Amino acid sequence: MNIPFPNLMPVAPEIIITVAASILLIFDLALRNKGPLAFLSLLAAGVTVYAIIQPASLGETFGGMFISDSYSVYFKLIFMVNLILTVLISLKYLQRQKAEYGEYYSLLLFATAGMMLMASAKDLIVLYLGLELMALSTYILAGIKRHDIKSNEAAMKYFLLGSFSSALLLYGISLLYGLTTTTDLYQIAAYLKQTGSSMPLLMSMTLIAVAFSFKIAAAPFHMWAPDVYEGAPTSVTAFMSVGPKAAGFAVIGRVFLMSAFQGMQADWTPILIGIAILTMAVGNIVALSQTNIKRMLAYSSIAHAGYALLGIIAGTEEGLHAMMTYLLIYAFMNIGAFAIVILLDKGDEIKDYEGLSKSRPLVAALMLVFMFSLTGIPPTAGFIGKFNIFMAAIKAGYTWLVVIAVIFSAISAYYYLRVVMNMYMKEMKQEAAIAPSPSLGLAILITVLMVFIIGIMPSVVIG
Amino acid sequence: MSPITPGNYLPSEYLPIMILMIIAGAFGAGALIVGALFRIRRSYREKLMPYESGNPPIGEPRYRFSVKFYIIAMLFVVFDVEAVFLYPWALVYDKIGLYALIEMMLFITVLVVGYIYAWKKEAFKWD
Repeated sequence: MNIPFPNLMPVAPEIIITVAASILLIFDLALRNKGPLAFLSLLAAGVTVYAIIQPASLGETFGGMFISDSYSVYFKLIFMVNLILTVLISLKYLQRQKAEYGEYYSLLLFATAGMMLMASAKDLIVLYLGLELMALSTYILAGIKRHDIKSNEAAMKYFLLGSFSSALLLYGISLLYGLTTTTDLYQIAAYLKQTGSSMPLLMSMTLIAVAFSFKIAAAPFHMWAPDVYEGAPTSVTAFMSVGPKAAGFAVIGRVFLMSAFQGMQADWTPILIGIAILTMAVGNIVALSQTNIKRMLAYSSIAHAGYALLGIIAGTEEGLHAMMTYLLIYAFMNIGAFAIVILLDKGDEIKDYEGLSKSRPLVAALMLVFMFSLTGIPPTAGFIGKFNIFMAAIKAGYTWLVVIAVIFSAISAYYYLRVVMNMYMKEMKQEAAIAPSPSLGLAILITVLMVFIIGIMPSVVIG
Repeated sequence: MSPITPGNYLPSEYLPIMILMIIAGAFGAGALIVGALFRIRRSYREKLMPYESGNPPIGEPRYRFSVKFYIIAMLFVVFDVEAVFLYPWALVYDKIGLYALIEMMLFITVLVVGYIYAWKKEAFKWD
């Protein structure tokens, strides 16, 4: 038996990221100043983007365990956007927080490699491998401020609940393997088409759905999100609120819509509808009473997961596309909002924003843009994202669900616009100090430009 | 033997192990139950003390270990698992050939990176 050498072109982006992460780990030992590591990770991300967009990279490899198709390519680009923007916003921030460890960049790269594996997994084992690589790296990232007790708490909570959800996923996978004797997602789909649903199968599907709901922080499995987002360093919060969420949606889309549970749409749609409604309700209503902006953005990210789920529920090609576009738009506007939080010396509490428009008009205007975009007000990108996803759901016949979503979206305006009201209508208590840096400025510039470009010319991301 | 398809696989070769496990469980539970039924209940101070192999108990029951033990244990697990992977690899090496060699070199390279990292971070030093 001679095993042929696998075609490495489809996995080239993952290989580049992993090698770069290992090199960074070694470089870190020799370097005292960690700045160059950030530039090296940006360079690695650039090379990876180049490798991702190569048409030659499409295809299957490793005996059909790994697939690179247009679906995974789109998600990998979202992960790259997430990685690049996170590195840009964290450069100066880590120095200020005295958490400038070289492992930070290496872990960002490893986590991204895990997400890319998840998006490309054609086999449940590869999916689990990518999920663990991503999760383990983000647990450490959440606790990277080693001497900060809140950061420690965040890492601990994230780790405990994350490993719990991993166990549920493994249980679901093992049941599925027992039923079908294969871990290949597309073979599972073919097998399930013949047999139809059964009790163990429904249990396996429920377990897998619960595990993925943990990853995207959908209610009622969202409990970890606010504490972890608040305790983790803000740059890591920005990273976590976009990357792992997008990776979770990537696997939900792949497993539920494109492969394994494709034939069981009638079984899982009610479950996901319940989760989506609950997620939008919890996220939007609990966000109303938050005083800490990171907690507020955590609940907002829970709510956004609820909107994005509508794309999966629609169950159509169009819904899937709308979900992917939504996540890309969400990456820009959410990281932009976090970049402003980082820019302010003291910006963790919502009342810190009182009178910001008087002391820092430009910063206030930028925050206004991101808050409008998160609310979904035209001409910002957030409007396009919501519009697409709601249209897809209406076309699939879920008008009543969209009505609920729009009502919750209207509620969300209260807490987003409260930040705006604090900035523009309240009296200034004290001059707000800011900590600008070229890289942070670049990140804010990219995000605000993308929010407007997508908002005015949606054709750049659709189609 | 019929081919393994979903739903008809019965791991009958493992039946003796299952019987052994049932007997072992029954033996343990049986000893406790029989003991609880027939022993003389008479408690005195020494008998109610925590059992520490006959020594009088010293100090708090919750004892804090140095974090270094955990690091050593973690490193041990990593390199132990590496060794576990090397054995099956060595068994099928001649059947797979060059591909197996390259694959294992990559695997070991990744571990060496981790090894250098741990070494430089002084994970192997006790003080």
